[in-house]
Amino acid sequence: MLVSTATSAADLLQRRRTPAQRVQQVLHAHPWVSPLVVLVVAVVVFTALNPRFASPASLSLVLQQVAVVGALAVGQTLVILTAGIDLSVGAVAVLAGVVPAQLALSGGLPGPAAVLLGLAVGTLAGLANGLLVTRLRLPPFIVTLGTLSIFTALALLWSGGSSTRADQLPAVLSWTGTRVAVGPFNLTTGVLLVLVLYLVVGYALACTAWGRHVYAVGDDAEAARLAGIRVRRVLLSVYVVAGAVYGLAAWVLIGRAGAASANAVVDANLESITAVVIGGTSLFGGRGVLVGTLLGALIVGVFRSGLSLAGVDDQYRVLAIGVLVIVAVSVDQWIRRARA
Amino acid sequence: MLAAGTLVLAGCGGTDGPAAADDTIGVSLITKTDSNPFFVAMREGAQEAAAEEGVDLTLAAGTSDADEAGQVEAVEDAVARGDAGILITPNGPGVNQAIEDARAAGLLVLALDTPPDPADVVDATFATDNVRAGELIGEYAAARLDGQPAVIAMLDLLDDVDVSVDWQRDQGFLAGMGIDTADPETKGDEAPTGAYTGGAGGDYTIVCNEPTQGAEDGGRTAMENCLRRDPSVNVVYTVNELSAVGAQQALAAAGRDDVVVVSVDGGCDGVSAVEDGLIDATAQQYPVEMARLGVAAVADLARGGEAPEPTEGKSFVDTGVQLVAGTPVDGVDALDVAEGTELCW
Repeated sequence: MLVSTATSAADLLQRRRTPAQRVQQVLHAHPWVSPLVVLVVAVVVFTALNPRFASPASLSLVLQQVAVVGALAVGQTLVILTAGIDLSVGAVAVLAGVVPAQLALSGGLPGPAAVLLGLAVGTLAGLANGLLVTRLRLPPFIVTLGTLSIFTALALLWSGGSSTRADQLPAVLSWTGTRVAVGPFNLTTGVLLVLVLYLVVGYALACTAWGRHVYAVGDDAEAARLAGIRVRRVLLSVYVVAGAVYGLAAWVLIGRAGAASANAVVDANLESITAVVIGGTSLFGGRGVLVGTLLGALIVGVFRSGLSLAGVDDQYRVLAIGVLVIVAVSVDQWIRRARA
Repeated sequence: MLAAGTLVLAGCGGTDGPAAADDTIGVSLITKTDSNPFFVAMREGAQEAAAEEGVDLTLAAGTSDADEAGQVEAVEDAVARGDAGILITPNGPGVNQAIEDARAAGLLVLALDTPPDPADVVDATFATDNVRAGELIGEYAAARLDGQPAVIAMLDLLDDVDVSVDWQRDQGFLAGMGIDTADPETKGDEAPTGAYTGGAGGDYTIVCNEPTQGAEDGGRTAMENCLRRDPSVNVVYTVNELSAVGAQQALAAAGRDDVVVVSVDGGCDGVSAVEDGLIDATAQQYPVEMARLGVAAVADLARGGEAPEPTEGKSFVDTGVQLVAGTPVDGVDALDVAEGTELCW
């Protein structure tokens, strides 16, 4: 189709490209292609190793296992698209979980209010990150390194390090753990909530002016400013939305873990960055799509789960994920050279 | 001899060191982290004991369970401050040299909860016998099975083997079940199937050894992975109660309410999980007691007493462990939930 409508000059150019360059071209235009290929290959290989892996029950489990990190990775994607990085994701999620849980337990805060409070805590934490980045003009790495400690300490001071079991809390706080049958799949409302989150944020990124501004700011903040984009306002909005997303992830976590715990999601910072990077979003900003992050989170989940089902030790799962990260960033660098 | 040597050194420090300036006895408590409720309880116990003994207590902690450098700094600070003693829950062998230097400077150094490796790096250790803790819940699980085949999921702390509480509880549990552990210091090297001799005895299968990081979300994922390998799991060993609560989420999602889940710790959250039937039995340890005994020992020594002696037959002072069970079984002594709640931290 494309070839037939191309002008003869472009046609000539097309023919001069090596196959590798064409692949490079496709990957450049569609950053979700390489993670999709990896995901499909991984599912096929793990199914060959153990046919039970492909069962709906088993695949449902993968979705449930990646839901929390998948949600956190939505916020992380937004921040990374602006050429930033968020090291405070896990800390914000913990804070947004323990504050409402402790208040519901000791202060009798009603369930729906507790849920809203969790979202508000996440949003405020994101606002704090955003203000520090945009007003003090500190690098996001430094800001979130600092707030990682601050939010963690606040969560520990608030809870004394203890966790609150979901069955001692208003039911709506653990509503995200409710099981839902979707055809042969056994999901939870939390999983569906995270999928809706991907749709909403994915739409906002791909189809709204705000989304274009996020990409523009991440690609070249100075050029964006000259083009009339209010860079600081866009950056601030990204951190605020990311914070709200972490608050939502905290709710999903309570449903999944059966507790609001100061000890949970300890590896969330690195795991969310891993999902984003494997999903093809560039750490240098401005390039990537949200569906890539979803695929990245699923790849991590499929590797963990598939290797576990094959009886492989956890160290090898960790090793495999590390290799994937290196490969993903190498591919990103290679693709960038397509336009160089 | 060692104790006498320490006394002499402590004496020297007392006559011309900074501690001579006034009569207050300084004690530092250095925990692995300041976030785990276990260490929160330990710090509170130390503060109470310090108030009773008239001791000047300084609290410090690593930033994570593996932060040796932070603990080394805290040890050096204690020496510089002229403290009489240090109570430390060592994060690893990297702290050993600093401890030896502190002892050479005349401080009494006691380990709490986790013995250093080698154990004689410190003057004494006040700790839970974690192997015994594991044995208690193993004996309980075997008795509950009453001769049925045991299909066992092992939900450990980490995937590596060198964290002592991890393999001690894991291997203690298997020993309590009456399963040959092969090397009693190595997790996961036992035969995956065979016969257990605990309770009425029977056949066993070990389905998995999965890491949980000691948290609820890790416990749930680990249990899901185990159930996927063998849905007929009927005994779940968990390294602590947080991972047990997460494991119950996975069991509930799979519609399994007939599984014996056992754990270790005995904090108030954990005992309430036993009360609510999420955990069948847990081995309760006593961190407050460890801290109280430690502070008292330093104060005692500084006032001319003797350094503490280990419990007979052990390399450490055993601060005790007791089983707390929701449903008692014949032949295994256990506290009920009310008694466990009274002793919980």
